[in-house]
Amino acid sequence: MSKIHVSAVVNGDPVDFLADPRESLLDCLRDQLGLTGSKEGCGTGDCGACSVTVDGVLVCSCLVLGVEAEGKAIGTVEGISDGGTLHPLQRKFIEHAALQCGFCTPGILVAAKALLDQNASPTETEVRYWLAGNLCRCTGYDKIVRAVMDAASEMREAV
Amino acid sequence: MAKDERSTEFRLIGTRPNRPDGLDKVTGRARYGADMTLPGMLFAAVVRSPHAHARILKIDASAALALEGVKAVVTRADFPTGLTGEDWNLQENSMAGDVALYDGHAVAAVAATSRLLAEDAAKLIKVDYEVLTHVIDVDDAIRPDAPVVRVGAADHSVPAGSPPNVVKCIDFGHGDIEAGFAAADLVREHTYKTEATHQGYIEPHACVAQLGADGKGEMWVCTQGQWYIRRMCAAVLGIDASGLRVTPSEIGGGFGGKTIIFMEPLALALSRKAGGRPVKLVMSRSDVLRATGPTASASMDVKLGMTKDGKLTAAKVNFRMQGGAFLGASPVGEALSCALACYDIPAVQHDGVEVLANRPKAAAYRAPGSPMAAFAVESLLDEMCHELGLDPLDVRLKNAVREGVKASYGPTYAKIGLVEVLEATKAHPNLLAKLGPNQGRGIASGFWFNHGGETSVSLAIGEDGTVTVSAGTPDVGGSRASLALMVAETLGIEYEAVRVNIVETGALGVNEPSHGSRATFATGKAAVEAARQAIGEMCRRAAKEWGIEEEAVVWKDGAAMPAGPNAGQFPPMTIAEIGAKMGGNGGPISGHHETNAEGVGASFGAHVVDVEVDPETGRTTILRYLVVQDAGRAIHPAYVEGQYQGGAVQGIGWALNEEYVYGANGRLQNAVFLDYRIPVASDLPMIDTVIVEVPNPGHPYGVRGVGETGITPPLPAIANAVAMATGARLRSLPLSPPKVLAAIKAKGRG
Repeated sequence: MSKIHVSAVVNGDPVDFLADPRESLLDCLRDQLGLTGSKEGCGTGDCGACSVTVDGVLVCSCLVLGVEAEGKAIGTVEGISDGGTLHPLQRKFIEHAALQCGFCTPGILVAAKALLDQNASPTETEVRYWLAGNLCRCTGYDKIVRAVMDAASEMREAV
Repeated sequence: MAKDERSTEFRLIGTRPNRPDGLDKVTGRARYGADMTLPGMLFAAVVRSPHAHARILKIDASAALALEGVKAVVTRADFPTGLTGEDWNLQENSMAGDVALYDGHAVAAVAATSRLLAEDAAKLIKVDYEVLTHVIDVDDAIRPDAPVVRVGAADHSVPAGSPPNVVKCIDFGHGDIEAGFAAADLVREHTYKTEATHQGYIEPHACVAQLGADGKGEMWVCTQGQWYIRRMCAAVLGIDASGLRVTPSEIGGGFGGKTIIFMEPLALALSRKAGGRPVKLVMSRSDVLRATGPTASASMDVKLGMTKDGKLTAAKVNFRMQGGAFLGASPVGEALSCALACYDIPAVQHDGVEVLANRPKAAAYRAPGSPMAAFAVESLLDEMCHELGLDPLDVRLKNAVREGVKASYGPTYAKIGLVEVLEATKAHPNLLAKLGPNQGRGIASGFWFNHGGETSVSLAIGEDGTVTVSAGTPDVGGSRASLALMVAETLGIEYEAVRVNIVETGALGVNEPSHGSRATFATGKAAVEAARQAIGEMCRRAAKEWGIEEEAVVWKDGAAMPAGPNAGQFPPMTIAEIGAKMGGNGGPISGHHETNAEGVGASFGAHVVDVEVDPETGRTTILRYLVVQDAGRAIHPAYVEGQYQGGAVQGIGWALNEEYVYGANGRLQNAVFLDYRIPVASDLPMIDTVIVEVPNPGHPYGVRGVGETGITPPLPAIANAVAMATGARLRSLPLSPPKVLAAIKAKGRG
């Protein structure tokens, strides 16, 4: 099957790649662009480890085709920090020990950032339901939820 | 870095610094199994049996090989013959021989220049099967007329005339069992069942493997144990262990399931056949669920005798477990040994059998065998407490094992902390919360042995006095942080001055995997010894420079100094100064320690859960959850809490949702995360934890190991809570809504 040329913006940088029409956006990010921060845990949209944003909308990149990225702005875990400065979520995840193996962490950070971008003061229940599509098998979610709430609190105070 | 109140005798032990791999893991830089790419790399795909049991008549790969870009196809014919015992089991499980033994059993594998091409090629490999009768359920498999999974698989423990799928028998015990039951005021006996569950690590198995015709190769792989992978792959492929260099990637969860090989030998065999080009093989989630892990399923009889004031007088357990189509894969021995380990009972008898079924080869899963056993024993114990009107926590305390007691499984306990755990549980405010309608509270204890094992650690002093530790146990939950804390504490330097690397197989002697809750215990113990050895050498260097006797130099606060006024007047020589001078003062300074780590301390825990059961749907909601467990010493309390919380939530999943669902055709029906439903954030409350510290005298800082015990109590604790909430006692897991609803309705009719 012939490949299709795709131009997009990933984490603010213009990129071009050739996508097989069967390839997922996740595979294109990982295999064509070398952005291996996004993970595949299931390939069926159930685990959220591949979470990215497409034009600001949170999606499972395993359920989006690479060719659908044409002209779109993609945000991945590699783009969360502002150069040398970590996003408060990233810092709070380290401080709260909110990761063990760390495999689900990129997807959870992308999803949590999407939450805080639209809701600066989520309740614990809102955080838990928002992250219900992101599976973590190590932590039992306790420290993840605390880290997200603490990051939100710090970001509110900084405004 | 706030120091927790509980640890005051140490400078760093018991604090919560940031983990050294944290930055890599929050920025996406950390490299896991599937994140490696090598020049000239090929991609592999695997053909798997769609049948639970089928003779393989013919494999035709000609159409696949005809595709441009397809470089190699391997079948069992590409592996050596004549293997025996566990080596044969591993080879057979990696790639079927004459017969596919379960749905998902690998039959052939292909390597091509792209992943999509490899997947296309796999679809073109034609396999002719003769479908055979199969058996899935453990109680069905044990019947004398069951379909025979494999002839001649039983070991010497099985008496003649046993049912054909029984492959191992175990029995042990002590005390006068009949007299024990005769002394009881209440004797009760019930049968319990648990279904197979999967470890459910989010990272699928992945490797990049390279093997030349000379038998030399390399592998990058997500594993809990690089030396285990090396030995197993070498045996399965018929190459020398030292010819294979295995580098562990960051690991995206293992829980026991990444201690053995699955598809790794296929990637090596493909590479060898494709002229030594590296081959990447990444499993899909469905392959992971069908062909790796899972844990065993169990059918268990328990009989307990109790006096009217709650003293246990006798206990008899009889367990049947299937661990797939392979002898030795079920944890029936561990299950029996853990079953009664929390209690001091005068007479105990354990009997168990392992049974083959047409399922994947079971792998270790967090405290293998203990959760099932606890479900059976702790459920019956709870039932009897209620029947006698006794407080279930007081009864557990009354019968709790302590130092000097002969364990149900044989040895005499050294210093242990079950009594302290139960007392801390009793004092927790969660027990004062008022329960409403349809709510119940469940309590259960749990146990795991913990493990020492083969361990080798090296430590090197840098030219600037910073320290590198080379460890062989992959970091599954923060062990680099705990190792750095212990080494820094011992050396008297800052935590940040120690870097811990998890190294490849060529860098150290053999290390067992990160299993058995051993990494912080055994690798930590060896790292402390290595640091002490380096301290000895640094003191010698200072003595040499000062021209005094070695014995006149001591190590304090990260520096060598004269032992007293008589030793001479010299300012302290810091580790940085010693490091800077070492090149001209005797050469590199390192410490090294290898051991078969002894002094393991068992870890006991108790959980208390409050649930609410919806009487209209049977759905159980966890309202409150408390984990209390003896850590010995919490080196990094945040990661100890993390182990407690993670173990508890895996247990919650096992109790409420998770199970392998097979169709009548023997195919796994729920091989995706949508249908194999592990707990999600919205299912759960915060998981409260209490770290009890009864230091283990067998470790320099008192560590016991904390990873596994926490998955054991949730199964019975939740069943006990549901029984209190509904009045219906369920003796088969999971407590899925339809089962709970049916039990509520049956009770109403009764």
